[in-house]
Amino acid sequence: MPPNSHAIKDRNLLRVIGNKTLFFFEEVGAVAMMIKDIFAKLPKVFRSFHLTTEQMLSMGVNSLPLVLITSIFTGAVSSVQAAYQFSDYVPMRYLGTVVGKAVMIELGPVLTALVVAGRVGAGIAAELGTMRVTEQIDALETLAVNPTRYLIVPRFVSGIIMLPILTIFSDFVALLGGLGVAVSFLDVSSNTFLNGVKVFFQLKDLFGGLFKALVFGGIIAIIGCYQGFKTRGGAEGVGRSTTRAVVLSAVLILIFDYIIATIFFG
Amino acid sequence: MIKIENLYKSFGENKVLDGVNLEIEKGETMVIIGRSGCGKSVLLKHIIGLLRPDKGQIFIDGEDITSFANEKLFKLRQRCGMLFQASALFDSMTVEENVGLGLREHRLLPESEIDEKVREKLRLVGLSDVEDVMPAELSGGMKKRVGLARAIAMDPEFVLYDEPTTGLDPIMADAINDLIIDLRNKLSITSIAVTHDIVSASKIADRIAMLYQGKIIFVGTPDEIKSSDNALVHQFITGSAEGPIETIRE
Repeated sequence: MPPNSHAIKDRNLLRVIGNKTLFFFEEVGAVAMMIKDIFAKLPKVFRSFHLTTEQMLSMGVNSLPLVLITSIFTGAVSSVQAAYQFSDYVPMRYLGTVVGKAVMIELGPVLTALVVAGRVGAGIAAELGTMRVTEQIDALETLAVNPTRYLIVPRFVSGIIMLPILTIFSDFVALLGGLGVAVSFLDVSSNTFLNGVKVFFQLKDLFGGLFKALVFGGIIAIIGCYQGFKTRGGAEGVGRSTTRAVVLSAVLILIFDYIIATIFFG
Repeated sequence: MIKIENLYKSFGENKVLDGVNLEIEKGETMVIIGRSGCGKSVLLKHIIGLLRPDKGQIFIDGEDITSFANEKLFKLRQRCGMLFQASALFDSMTVEENVGLGLREHRLLPESEIDEKVREKLRLVGLSDVEDVMPAELSGGMKKRVGLARAIAMDPEFVLYDEPTTGLDPIMADAINDLIIDLRNKLSITSIAVTHDIVSASKIADRIAMLYQGKIIFVGTPDEIKSSDNALVHQFITGSAEGPIETIRE
């Protein structure tokens, strides 16, 4: 081994770390610029509102079956797990309290956002990525149509409206799931369960959860659009962007979940 | 008039445009020829402001568009149309919506007149009864025609053509050539086309410019280019593998 090979390796390592750091800050900067652009064009969303309603349909209404299934089982498993934790130490009349709070504060918003990120975030990145590599976004610009206004703003607005609505639906269905398990398998009456939900209910729990959903909706739309817009290199590039959009949205959802939790409930 | 002055553009280490100078007169058809990947499309995208140069200026009617802010650039683009190499039709929209998009978005016409205008533009490119068809159902040649109808929908002063005949059979390619000539004659449009199809270039061009290694090395009429004694030009227009232009590039 030549005497200075360690030094060369160290330098290469430093270069790799340096490049990755630069890349990270470039990406953060580019996303920040995009968010600034979105807010600048936000007042024009009503100019072609049909674009937004189309997105609301595909993001929201078409996600209902997926959210329905996920939420039923989320509520059901919460009941089962809570009952197991209670064993003989906590009275079963608190079952509804625990399931209700867990669903509204945490499980409803986060799990809905994660499944929607998989379904809708991937869809946005794939659609816009394909438009990018087939020059459709360039074509839009040559027609003097601003792509941020035409493509990104409708998806953003739809995301921040539909995710809270999906979350309300998810909360409701999950509570039914929890109730179903409680009544059928845990020997808790529906009255007892629902009383448990009611007694310690705070409006803050519900709205904290819905605020999370709004932020998550924004994250899914922004990351999907960003990854779609910066797609390069044909079908392979579209695949890469789609994967990145889902992974990055999921990670950011969990990070922002923590940040919002410390602000609202910390 | 379009005047390109000392245009430079690099992507990383790769110098694509290395001091391009070119003037395009009002109403003429200028064809830029050159090998695949020599930067012809990049030059075209600079003229419509899709790319910004590293250095140099582009003047359209005396105004330097490289210094335009986005809003002003969008105004300029309403006066331009562009036909893309693979047509770049919006695949989520029908033919009618594709052609009418610019008119609708800029509210140039009331909704009742847009349909008629779209039909008129489609007729101009030789299409009828395709308004409700999705782009995926069209052949390559028909896609080009729809792309062309979309490019001229807003009655532009300039039309840019990116490889208008590439990927078409020779008969369809010639039909597109005729269409380009026809549009110039009927609508007195200033056209800039980039192509490596020398047959198409000599047919549609008033003047031809050759781009080689990031510079314009020749400008002249189709007759002048045929009789040029420039070895690079001669090799390109005769399509010979032997000559100063290397066939294998790094």
